[in-house]
Amino acid sequence: MAEKILFKYIDYPDQHKIDVYMKNGGYTALSKALKEFKPEELVEMVKKTNLRGRGGAGFPAGVKWSFLPKGINKPTYLIINADESEPGTFKDRQLMEYDPHQMIEGTIITSYAINCHTAFVYIRGEFTYCAEQTEKAINEAREKGFIGKNILGSGFDLDIHIFRGGGAYICGEETSLMESIEGWRAMSRQKPPFPAVEGLWGCPTIINNVETISNIPHIVNNGADWFASIGTEKSTGTKIYCLSGHINRPGNYELEMGVTLRELIYEYGGGIIDDKPLKAVIPGGSSVPILKADEIDINMDFESLAEKGSMLGSAGVIVMHDGACMVAALQKLTKFYEHESCGKCSPCREGTNWMDKILKRMLNGEGKPEDVDLLFDVAKNIMGNTVCPLGDAAAMPVMSFIEKFRDEFENLCNGGKPKGTIKFPFR
Amino acid sequence: MLSDSAKEKLAELKGKYPTKEASILPALHVVFEDCGYLSVDQMDEAADIIGVSRLDINETATFYTLFPKEKVGKYLIQVCDNLSCSLMGADSLVEYLQEKLDIKVGETTPDGLFTLWTVECLGSCGTAPMMQVNDRYYERLTRAKVDELIEKWRNTK
Ligand SMILES: Cc1cc2nc3c(=O)[nH]c(=O)nc-3n(C[C@H](O)[C@H](O)[C@H](O)COP(=O)(O)O)c2cc1C
Ligand code: SF4
Ligand code: FES
Repeated sequence: MAEKILFKYIDYPDQHKIDVYMKNGGYTALSKALKEFKPEELVEMVKKTNLRGRGGAGFPAGVKWSFLPKGINKPTYLIINADESEPGTFKDRQLMEYDPHQMIEGTIITSYAINCHTAFVYIRGEFTYCAEQTEKAINEAREKGFIGKNILGSGFDLDIHIFRGGGAYICGEETSLMESIEGWRAMSRQKPPFPAVEGLWGCPTIINNVETISNIPHIVNNGADWFASIGTEKSTGTKIYCLSGHINRPGNYELEMGVTLRELIYEYGGGIIDDKPLKAVIPGGSSVPILKADEIDINMDFESLAEKGSMLGSAGVIVMHDGACMVAALQKLTKFYEHESCGKCSPCREGTNWMDKILKRMLNGEGKPEDVDLLFDVAKNIMGNTVCPLGDAAAMPVMSFIEKFRDEFENLCNGGKPKGTIKFPFR
Repeated sequence: MLSDSAKEKLAELKGKYPTKEASILPALHVVFEDCGYLSVDQMDEAADIIGVSRLDINETATFYTLFPKEKVGKYLIQVCDNLSCSLMGADSLVEYLQEKLDIKVGETTPDGLFTLWTVECLGSCGTAPMMQVNDRYYERLTRAKVDELIEKWRNTK
């Protein structure tokens, strides 16, 4: 295993304070970036690393930055996505609570690279402590002259605003997030136009995840080749995997991209609680297709998971042992999407509601044998037919749970008792 | 009525962003912090200070579930009952809280001290089961821990 990059100092006492962060090498990348590189050179460098977005979609960051239109007479905005609401994901909060300057340094360097003078950090509304830590860190950085006018004598100006969300998952979706900052109900926008061309207030806007941006100072310090040499050929760098559910040592693990799911669960996570048999794993946050116990010899990178019909997503790994009833587990996810649908398009708004209703009926023992196909059908009709990807995110778990655990659904609909021993009342 | 310090904070939002409307969500946070919930009167007051239409602030506010729209208990207990927390016993935690506080989910104790809600994933799944009380997280909860916390809050009315 390569050395940790983002979590290297996560446990270091007082790492959130600027003096400690600087003692551990912080803000050297900022001065290097401003003194030794032209903005375009930084974009090229990040392109060369093939650093892919850590927020879920995995789009290469440098490529996204290069989509910004040249020579137009409008400001460019940068938004750091710290909305972290995908069930099973809890990494950005830790990055910001314990090492906020790493993300801030990345934000300043990125702003310089894309010629942005106003950046926003959009923090999930519930994360009060996280917002406090970030705000303190931004103030410290401002006092040291890393934020503000003429940063380190370079002539580059930047202001960073913290923007706090209001408890809506959809605000993590980039177009909804922009609607939210603009002050409206956060309903997703149709794409294109893409944010890089027409984003916040109609201006070119780059949106990146906290973890993505936290990598930037290290890339500037160590070079593109160094970064590209970590991980797999196409999924470069490390990844913070969030382990939760029936696992002995839950938590965040920063490991090289491509670690196997088996290693992650049994070596790093210490195996399944009470040594029970593993039943299923959701490998990339609640939205991605589930894997069965015999599918865990798989590399945890973008390509390998896609090959197996799942996704790396946000790398929220939810582990379930044989005590979990798959129908009840799915209902926990479906009610989430039903609750979080912004309501703009009918397949998602109505479909999530129907899926939740059918699942509740099954769990109540009122399911009919044809309900399994009906449920699958509703999901299939949402898939690909919505304005934003939340619709797909709601449909994928349903389809994959039925594909892989059909017997449990059929059993319930034919008058059987739920499998599993865990109490799972539903609302 | 908003407090003077809240009014000051609202006034500071003016001119901070390229449009007036961009201060709506920050303004809602100020009102929520000041009053513990959002009432139409308070929102109207805020709208007038930041210079946006009363309709706009209300429309935006009703989209966001973070802000209660009616008065809640002094301690707003929000237990996550999404998947990872449920796997680790969130539901029996909810049952226990219902018993202990003698209220159902969605209700407030008659003394106005506690309101109990269930909410979606709070980004703390590795330390499940967990709950948020006002703006703080309480993680890796056990019945003993819950007893201790409730006792403490009952004694610091
Ligand atoms: C419903 C939905 C919720 C999302 N939530 C988040 C989130 O909480 N955090 C995040 O970084 N990206 C989230 N995304 C992905 C963003 O839209 C966007 O792709 C990402 O922030 C881009 O940054 P990246 O390229 O660095 O990953 C979400 C997408 C969807 C469709
Ligand atoms: S897919 Fe769902 S969340 Fe996305 S725009 Fe349509 S209704 Fe809104
Ligand atoms: S599932 Fe409870 S905090 Fe994520």
